[in-house]
Amino acid sequence: MRGDEAGSGALLRIEGLTKRYPTGDLALDGVDLAVPPGQVMALIGPSGAGKSTLIRCVNRLVEPTAGRIALDGQEITRLGAGALRQARRRMGMIFQEYALVERLTVMENVLSGRLGYTGFWASWFRRFPRRDIETAFRLLDRVGLAHMADKRADALSGGQRQRVGILRALMQEPALLLVDEPTASLDPKTSRQIMRLLVELCEERGLAAIINIHDVALAQQFARRIVGLRAGQIVFDGTAETLGPAALTAIYGEEDWSRTIRQVDEDETEDAEA
Amino acid sequence: MSAGLAPVFDAAAAARAWRPPPLVATPWLRWAIYLGALAYAVLAVGTLEINWARAAEGFERGLRFLGGFFPPDFVSKRDDILEGLMESLTMTVVSTVIGIALSIPVALGASRNLAPLPVYLLCRGIIAISRTFQEIIIAIVFVAMVGFGPLAGMLTLSFATIGFMAKLLAEDIEDIEASQAEAVRATGSSWFQLLAWGILPQVKPRLIGLSVYRLDINFRESAVLGLVGAGGIGDTLNTAFDRYEFDTAAAVLIIIIAIVLVCEYSSGWIRRKVQ
Repeated sequence: MRGDEAGSGALLRIEGLTKRYPTGDLALDGVDLAVPPGQVMALIGPSGAGKSTLIRCVNRLVEPTAGRIALDGQEITRLGAGALRQARRRMGMIFQEYALVERLTVMENVLSGRLGYTGFWASWFRRFPRRDIETAFRLLDRVGLAHMADKRADALSGGQRQRVGILRALMQEPALLLVDEPTASLDPKTSRQIMRLLVELCEERGLAAIINIHDVALAQQFARRIVGLRAGQIVFDGTAETLGPAALTAIYGEEDWSRTIRQVDEDETEDAEA
Repeated sequence: MSAGLAPVFDAAAAARAWRPPPLVATPWLRWAIYLGALAYAVLAVGTLEINWARAAEGFERGLRFLGGFFPPDFVSKRDDILEGLMESLTMTVVSTVIGIALSIPVALGASRNLAPLPVYLLCRGIIAISRTFQEIIIAIVFVAMVGFGPLAGMLTLSFATIGFMAKLLAEDIEDIEASQAEAVRATGSSWFQLLAWGILPQVKPRLIGLSVYRLDINFRESAVLGLVGAGGIGDTLNTAFDRYEFDTAAAVLIIIIAIVLVCEYSSGWIRRKVQ
C-alpha cells in the first residue's frame, strides 16, 4: 500500500531513515517516504511509534543514525551547520505545546520566524525589515490577533498560542511544514479550527505538510493522505478513505474500530453543513 | 485460588495499624545512626576546654571595647572615611560588572544542555575553583601579587563573582523550557540567536536578580577585604582599630550597616520587580 504517487517530483524524499537513541531504543527503522509539493499528509501511530522523531530528523533537531533525507533535491543529512540553518528556513515547525517563547511578545514570537534571514545584531535590537513586520501584522490580523501583538505570549489562550505558533512557521517562507501534534492540548472545537487554518494556509501557499496527529478522525477529516507508523516502520500509506478497521488494527493493534470510523462520517457531514 | 467471597477490606483496622514510615527503613541501621550520633555528641562536648575565668574577664574587656564606640565620631577622620567609602563603592561596581561579564560565557559552558562535555567540565572546573576559596584567601593571594590597595580587592571580587554567578545562572539555564529553545532552533537561527531569543528571555529575570544580589554581596565583602589590605572602607576600619580610634571605627561600622541595608532593600525590591 505504499503511496508511490509521489514519483520523482517529490519535495521531501526520505530513504532508509533509521534512528537509534543512545539509550538503545530504535525509534525509526528504515523509513522510506516521499512527499510531493503541496501535499498535506497526516502521520498517525501509537505513542512511541517514532512520529516526533521522524519529523525532528527531517530538520535534524534529532540527528538520524542512518538513511538519507532530501528536500528539493538537497541532501539535508549531509549539510554542515551553516547550510543546515539555511535549509531549516524552508521547513517551518509547529509544536504540540506551542513552544512559544513565553517571555517574548506575540510579535517577537512571530518575527522569530525570520531569525534565519536576519543577522545577529539586527535580531538582537529587533531591527527587522519593515516588510517582515508588515507581513507579520497581516498574518496576525488574518488570525484575529493583531490587537495582541504587544502582549506577552503567555497571556494568550491555547488556540491563540497555536495560531501564533503557525504564524511563526509561516514567517520562514517554508516549502514544508513539520507539525507535531498541533491539537493535542486543545479542545475539540479549537482543534478543528486550527486544523482548518493549517490546511487552508497550505492550500493557499502550496505548502506541503507532515502533521503528526493522535486523533484519527481529525486526520481523516483534514488530510488526504495518511501514513501510519508503528514501532518505527511505515505500516500504512494511503488516502483518508482507504483507512479502514484493518489498517487501524495494523497501526494501533486489535481494537473495536467501528465507532472510530463512524465518528469520522459524522464529522464529515457536520463539516459539509458548516 | 479459591473463588468464594472476597474478604472485605477493613480500612479502619488498616488505618489503626498504619505507622508513618521511619526516616531510615532498616531498624538496625536506624539505631546505629541514632546511637552513633549521640555518642559523638557526648564525646565532642567532653573535649571542649572552657576556661570560665578567662571568659568572664574577656566579657568585661568586651564591654569596655564597646563603650569606646560611643559616641561615634564621623567628623575628625571624615576625609579618610569618605575616601575609603568611594574606594569600596568603585571596587564593588567595577568588580560586579567585570565578574558578570565573565561569568556569562562560563555559565553557558557549564550548562549541560548547551555545551559539549569537555567544555562543560572545563567551565564547571572554573566554577569549582572560584567557589572553593573564601574571598579573604583569594584577596591575600592578590595582595601578594599586585600589592596593597583596591586593585587587589577588585580582582578578588571579580573572581568570586564568576563562580557565584556562573553556577547559579548555569543551573537556571539547565532548567529552561527546552521546547521553546527547540522552536527557535527550528527557524534556522544561528547559535547566538538561539541564545538571544530562546534562552535569554527565559533566564533574564534570574540574571538581573542575581546581578543585583551579587552587587550587594560584593559591597559587604569589600568591607571585609580591607582587613587584609585589599583597599576600601575595610582599610579605613582596620586603620581606626589599629590606632585605637574606636569612635571613628564605630562611625565606619554604622556607615557600612546603613549602606548594606540600602543595598538589601533595593536589591530585594528590584528582584521582586523583575521576577
